[in-house]
Amino acid sequence: MKISKEEVFHVAKLARLNLTDSEAEKLSIDMESIIGFADKLNELDTEGVVPTAHAIPVSNAFREDEVVPSYENELIIQNAPHAEDGCFVVPRVVE
Amino acid sequence: MNYETVIGLEIHAELATKTKIYCGCKNEFGGEPNTHTCPVCTGMPGSLPVLNKKVVDYAICAGLAMNCEITRYGKQDRKNYFYPDLPKAYQISQFDLPVCHDGYVDIEVDGKTKRIGITRIHIEEDAGKLIHDDYSGTSLVDYNRCGVPLIEIVTEPDIRSSEEAKIFLDTLKSILEYTEVSDCKMQEGSLRCDVNVSIRPEGETEFGTRCEMKNVNSFSAAVRSMDYEVKRQIEIVEAGGEIVQETRRWDDTKGVSVLMRTKEDAHDYRYFPEPDLLPIIISDEWIEAVRSRLPELPAERRARYINEYGLTEYDASVITTSKKTSDYFEECVKSGCDPKSASNWLMGDITRYLNEKELEPSDIPFTAKQLASLLSLIQKGTISNSAAKKVLVKMFEEPDDPEKLVEKLGLVQVSDEGALKQMVDDVLAANPQSIVDYKAGRDRAIGFLVGQIMKASKGKANPQMINKLLKEALDNM
Repeated sequence: MKISKEEVFHVAKLARLNLTDSEAEKLSIDMESIIGFADKLNELDTEGVVPTAHAIPVSNAFREDEVVPSYENELIIQNAPHAEDGCFVVPRVVE
Repeated sequence: MNYETVIGLEIHAELATKTKIYCGCKNEFGGEPNTHTCPVCTGMPGSLPVLNKKVVDYAICAGLAMNCEITRYGKQDRKNYFYPDLPKAYQISQFDLPVCHDGYVDIEVDGKTKRIGITRIHIEEDAGKLIHDDYSGTSLVDYNRCGVPLIEIVTEPDIRSSEEAKIFLDTLKSILEYTEVSDCKMQEGSLRCDVNVSIRPEGETEFGTRCEMKNVNSFSAAVRSMDYEVKRQIEIVEAGGEIVQETRRWDDTKGVSVLMRTKEDAHDYRYFPEPDLLPIIISDEWIEAVRSRLPELPAERRARYINEYGLTEYDASVITTSKKTSDYFEECVKSGCDPKSASNWLMGDITRYLNEKELEPSDIPFTAKQLASLLSLIQKGTISNSAAKKVLVKMFEEPDDPEKLVEKLGLVQVSDEGALKQMVDDVLAANPQSIVDYKAGRDRAIGFLVGQIMKASKGKANPQMINKLLKEALDNM
């Protein structure tokens, strides 16, 4: 499958990556071979096979609805590059 | 040309669990910022989510109450997007195997039952809250709400007007309240909805291009946004234009919607199965256990009120819309109230008082037993109906037994024949013209005289006795 440079830029944008033109060029070739490899799986006949979401045969790991003490505010925000009034501070984003 | 409106809704309801969906932090509204948080719900690297079993329980419960199929083998998926209210840069949701699918909710429109299809109900986590600071150009993030469990209910495009949508939303809200899946506190954002609207020429069977409306914060705002959108789309079509699929933001203060994004820059969420969580397998036993705990639902209660208590269909549906009101009504009846007068008082003076003060039925400060004694005071003739209305207001202001309040307010009805006769004679003596009018066959004169006597007695005279005594006095003249 052919991967165009535009598709590379689109995927990069979704992952918030800045690529130069030459990087995108190289990635389009790399991604083409990766997708091409996955494409090989399409040769298999999967008629009647349920799509696999999880590879191990384990299910239903639950917790009971019981309160566990939360972390102190200071502890939670200590990793924040910027904090104010007990909150994480981020550049203003309005969708 | 006439157009048909087509509406589909997506409703997010916060679940009434004690804890969040993937960690043991409290699921509680408010609190100091980032105090109901831990490494899991703030998306710290290396932390792992564990699903709260109650969340699945509630989703199954909502699904059964909405006549859905329950998915036996389900899973959770990552929905990827960057926004700082979501610290992991993805939301854990469900993509192709939601807990419930293919159900319906029946609503009553103009006395007819209409069926609205439920496409699916899935579980997911809520995002945090952003506080924008215009001055510094930054946003503050509070993750207390992040990881609060939600169900998203998606309807089929079966709704044909904003009125139907409003009825559907009210019906849905009562189902969620009755099943106690969500506390449905609108002002706390426990229930939010996105609206999809399209129009098509009447008689057309293909759907038109739809637009989605975000940021709709109340049911009344939802109705306004739909009406606005229908008008906007008709204007475009009438002017020879074409509807473009887009997402719009509803601004309820200005009463307009503005473009957020078009189809070209629609989100590309790249869903994939959540590798940190295991599949959810729901057995028959689990479903039956939830089914056995399902309470009486609003539609069943409505039918019972009509059949057992003889309420009108309208009264029965008003009373059953809110679980709180309905529970209160049941308690009144249990305390010996006549169902019809209990429903009249609840729907009349009590609802009016609550609306005026912007209160909820759960804010009624007196017990159903106290309301029952008030109604029995009227029935026994101790107080008049109009005096009872005054006592009711007092019961809201200074909740106490109505007997005490009646005494305090001096509202005991005067039924003493001698005292009443004196009042009748005094008023007749003061209004000779009314006597002439009455003799001339003008019946209105009697109403005026009764009014004067009631006024003289400060509303305490027994009206039935006044009528009788007045008639006697006039006829003897």
